[in-house]
Amino acid sequence: MQWQLRGDRPIYQQLMEQLIEQIVSGQLGAGARVPPVRELAAEAGVNPNTMQRALADLEREGLMYTNRTSGRYVTEDKMMIDKVREQIASERIAEFLAGMSQLGFSEQEIVALLEKRRKEARDNGAEK
Amino acid sequence: MEQKNELVVCQGLTKVYGGTRALDNLNLNLERGRFIGLLGPNGSGKTTAIKLLCGLIQPTGGMVTIDGAQPGIHTHSVVSYLPDRAYLSDWMKVCDLIAFFADFYTDFDRVKANDMLSALDISPLARLKTLSKGTKEKVQLILTMSRKAQLFLLDEPIGGVDPAARDYILNTILSNYSEDASVILSTHLIADIERVLDEVVFLKNGVMTLHESVDAIREEHGKSVDMLFREVFAC
Repeated sequence: MQWQLRGDRPIYQQLMEQLIEQIVSGQLGAGARVPPVRELAAEAGVNPNTMQRALADLEREGLMYTNRTSGRYVTEDKMMIDKVREQIASERIAEFLAGMSQLGFSEQEIVALLEKRRKEARDNGAEK
Repeated sequence: MEQKNELVVCQGLTKVYGGTRALDNLNLNLERGRFIGLLGPNGSGKTTAIKLLCGLIQPTGGMVTIDGAQPGIHTHSVVSYLPDRAYLSDWMKVCDLIAFFADFYTDFDRVKANDMLSALDISPLARLKTLSKGTKEKVQLILTMSRKAQLFLLDEPIGGVDPAARDYILNTILSNYSEDASVILSTHLIADIERVLDEVVFLKNGVMTLHESVDAIREEHGKSVDMLFREVFAC
């Protein structure tokens, strides 16, 4: 897993976002065991206290839980994960649309471009 | 003995050299289990502060306690200090130094030291004299970090070390310090270290101007500690 940390925002927030991404993408699927704090911190090259804070916040949001004896796990609530996944998707789409409208594209033009791209991808796929 | 959470307490700590107030009325409490960056431009009092914590110099005013005691025999046994310059005898071999440290400090972990040496590809049989400046610094840092101390005082530990080894060293420091130990590290290379720090202390002309957690700074100012530093200390 590649961790990417930027300078302008709190590190724990960025860690949370990237952990959430791992959860919704299934890399760290529902019910999966979360690696130990120190291991994750070493991997991301951050302070264990910061990683701990990110994990604790994810617990507070219900995406993870701690089992007293056996460690920390991703929630088994797939509905919840799906909800978060959709939420992230709509945020990304909003970002994309905002960027495109800054370039002067109307919504129809954007849809047309996406159609065109999908068609091209399909044609390329057919050749292979 | 009761374990207080406060590892370092400075009260009105002041050091005057002639007419210069190298450190001016420092009030600072540091908890256990934290990784603290001591940041400031050249001549801002970083090394003075660290030397006062070690008991290498005596304060002109105020006082400092570490693990409840003033710098002395007890604190020497719980503080592991890395000076900002080479201080080891350069005729010694790396393995001699390890034996020397193991004799000197009961909390010295030979296995850990040898592991780090081999990870950084440093031969235990090499004479210190024959090593490059950066490698000498690595050896010193390995010796310092191989103790099971409660407070690690690292004065400019990564300045002369290449970026790849820097990452290894930072990770080593991170994985070595335990929950009841803290690390105080002074440096100019803020961008390289801020992701591993819990909190930072800014010193300016001997006066502490900021003591805050890294994420609080990012939240409040919307910028990294490195950027804030460049702004605060712009020439």
